This record gives sequence, C-alpha cells and structure tokens, in this order.
Amino acid sequence: MCLAIPAQVVELRDGDNAMVDLAGVRKEISLSLVDDVAVGDYVIVHVGYALNKLDPEEAAKTLALFAELGQLDGEPTPDR
Amino acid sequence: MKYIDEFRDGDVARKLAAAIASEVNPARRYRFMEFCGGHTHAISRYGVADLLPDNVRMIHGPGCPVCVLPIGRVDQAIRLALEHGVILCTYGDCLRVPASGGLSLLKAKAQGGDIRMIYSCADAVTLARQNPDKQVVFFAIGFETTTPPTAVAIKQAAALALSNFSVLCCHVLTPPAIASIMEGVDEQLQLDGFVGPAHVSTIIGSRPYEPFAAQYRKPVVIAGFEPLDVLLAIRMLIRQVNEGRAEVENEFVRAVDRDGNRKAQALMDEVFELRESFEWRGLGTLPQSARRIRAEFAAFDAERRFALAYRPVADHKGCDCGEILRGIKRPQECKLFGTVCTPENPIGSCMVSSEGACAAHYTYGRYKNV
Repeated sequence: MCLAIPAQVVELRDGDNAMVDLAGVRKEISLSLVDDVAVGDYVIVHVGYALNKLDPEEAAKTLALFAELGQLDGEPTPDR
Repeated sequence: MKYIDEFRDGDVARKLAAAIASEVNPARRYRFMEFCGGHTHAISRYGVADLLPDNVRMIHGPGCPVCVLPIGRVDQAIRLALEHGVILCTYGDCLRVPASGGLSLLKAKAQGGDIRMIYSCADAVTLARQNPDKQVVFFAIGFETTTPPTAVAIKQAAALALSNFSVLCCHVLTPPAIASIMEGVDEQLQLDGFVGPAHVSTIIGSRPYEPFAAQYRKPVVIAGFEPLDVLLAIRMLIRQVNEGRAEVENEFVRAVDRDGNRKAQALMDEVFELRESFEWRGLGTLPQSARRIRAEFAAFDAERRFALAYRPVADHKGCDCGEILRGIKRPQECKLFGTVCTPENPIGSCMVSSEGACAAHYTYGRYKNV
C-alpha cells in the first residue's frame, strides 16, 4: 500500500499533471502534492501522485557510502 | 532502474552485513522493530534477516494499512455496495480482506456488488463523472502516504460540484500506532529501536518521531524500502545502541527531511480532522489515531451521506493477527498459518497484502522452517 517508486518526469502537462517514465513505461501522474518540478526530476510516485522529489545529491551521498564499503577489504559474509 | 537497482546490489549488501557483524557487541542482543509493511516485505523478499548476526532480530510492526483495518470497516464498505447499491471503489489490496459472514469485497462483487479496483483515487472521481446517475464511494484506507491523494480527490470533487461522489475515510496515523506499541507491549518486546517509515516520512518528515526517541529512549532510523537502505539503517541503529544514544536519524535522506512535505500536510489539514478514537485491528481503539472528513466537506463524507454506523466485529478466534501486528508472535506461530490461512484463502488480514507479515513470510521465508 505504501509502496511507491522513483520515476523521471519527461513532460509537464495541463492540470498540474506530468508524464513520467518508469524504465520505458510511460504514465501520466498528478503533481498536486509537490512544487517546482521540472522535466528531468525524479519523483516518488504513489497511487498516481508524486509524493516528493528525490534529491540527487543526497542519493549520491548514500551511494558514495556504499562505494566506500565496496572498497573495504573485509570478506563478504557468505550466504547461509 | 535508476534509484532502485543501486539500492539492491548483493555485493554491497554482503559488505554491509560484514560491517554489521563486526560492529555488534556479541555480549548483548539487539531487537529492532520495523514499523512498516514495506520494510517487512523488503526484509523477507531479499533475505535481509539471514544476513544479520544471530543476536540481531527484526520484529515486524503494525505498519501495514490493510492489516490494521478492522472487520467492521470492511463491513461498512460491503454494506454500501450490497445494500445501498453504490459503485464502491478501492485499492486492490482491500478487496480480499476478510469481513463478517465469510465475505470480502471480492466475494461481495461475486454476489453482484458493483465493486471496482482502482489504481488512483483520481480514478474514483472520473468514475463519478462518467456515472452521474450512480453514487460512487471511494473506500479510502492507509497511512499518511495515501492520505494526501485522497484530500486532493475530495477537493477536486468539490471543485467539480459532484453530488454523486463520497469517501469512506479510514485513514490512520503512524505516530499513535508507534505510541501504542511503546505503551502496550514494549515491556514484553524489550525493543532496542525502530526502523522508521520510508514513504510516510516523505509526507510527515522526521520531526514527529523525536518525542518517541526522547520520551521512551529508543533510537529511530528512518529508512528507504530497498534492502541496502534497511541494512544501512540497521547498522545506524546498532551504532546508536552501542554508543548509548537514542536519536532520530535519517537514512532515507534522498527523499525525507525533518519537515516533510508541507504542501501535502496543509492539504490533509484542510480536508480532514482527527477522530476522537478509531478501532484498529490488533491494536484496539486508539485515541486521535485516525482522520475523518471536516464539516466543510461533509457532502463528500460517505458515513454522513449514507448514515453508516460503525459496528465492531471480533476477529476469527483462531487468528493471531492481533499478536502478530503487535510483534508478540511470529507468523509461523499462528496455528492457522499456511494451513487454513494462505494468500489464496486468507483468514486474517496479515495474509492479504504483500506487506503483511504472514503473506511476506508465506511467500519468501517459510521454506527455511520446512
């Protein structure tokens, strides 16, 4: 129910709507709950509404943390 | 897909698990509750629990909207369809929730009820416009993630002056549910911290959890719904426990800040007010824990329009959904689990939605115990 997915805005449309792209699948969603969305932005889509914009800089910081882990020498835990 | 695949990388997951294993204190145990069904689903689907050291245990919480919906509310929706003859629209997850008399919305549909599964509440408004001679009711359930879209739909219906659209509002709030766990069963559960909601927090922000961290001395780490988000949040929780801290931290920084989505909050406040109390499945009747439609929008309130009374109904005697929602029992400890109660024929609500603890364990985890 609370599951939602990040999708990229590819076109702004009338009525506070936008076309988003989800790995090639296009869908029209509502932007009623968010402000200042531009083409190219990623939004979190839930029941046809964008809940929030994704912050690419913050996402990059989390991914950098993962990359740092990837450079550690520690042996990965085998699957049990 | 961008922002999904990177957060599901198996190699990074194993590295994170190794980091967690190296940081836990072997002399103690760690018990964390993931509040959300979204996290329960991710933990089960990706085998996150199997990557954790033996002294770190994840306990499923009550944050599954379909699971906490009591029988009496589904009964109201069924009555609207069968007795009042409305077009009853709702999200797919609601259709199979067991109700009174062996019914569910799906079975009521088989009996001739006009029940429609919709993807978005905007679809319900469209249906009302297309069927001016029929009453259309949207059965609205869910936490703060799902509430703002319902507010938009009601405002849209008001702007269009639709006289055949109304909402059976069963939207609930996250903080009172966490409070109910803390006040009710923490003595039994002895929790060391919470993995906080992902998408609920995009709306309400991280601030509402601050009183819990302060008052109950429990760390809260808000996490995204991908497996690496959950693992990173668990590591952050373990660090807080090891350092004796109890703070609200945010792993899901790419989508959540302290204030949340103020536009969505303002819309919710404009359309809804708090109910004095609301019955939850498993958690009992909690004060100020759900929303109803404000008097200004009374014309769109299905409970008023159809004079619907709420009648509480006890759960099936053999069903342990209540204990499972409170974290006291695990799905496999219910005697109906996997025998009488399966996703194809759910007896309890936790077996219905993919976010339900029982459905998640049935789908992904049960073979471990065979």
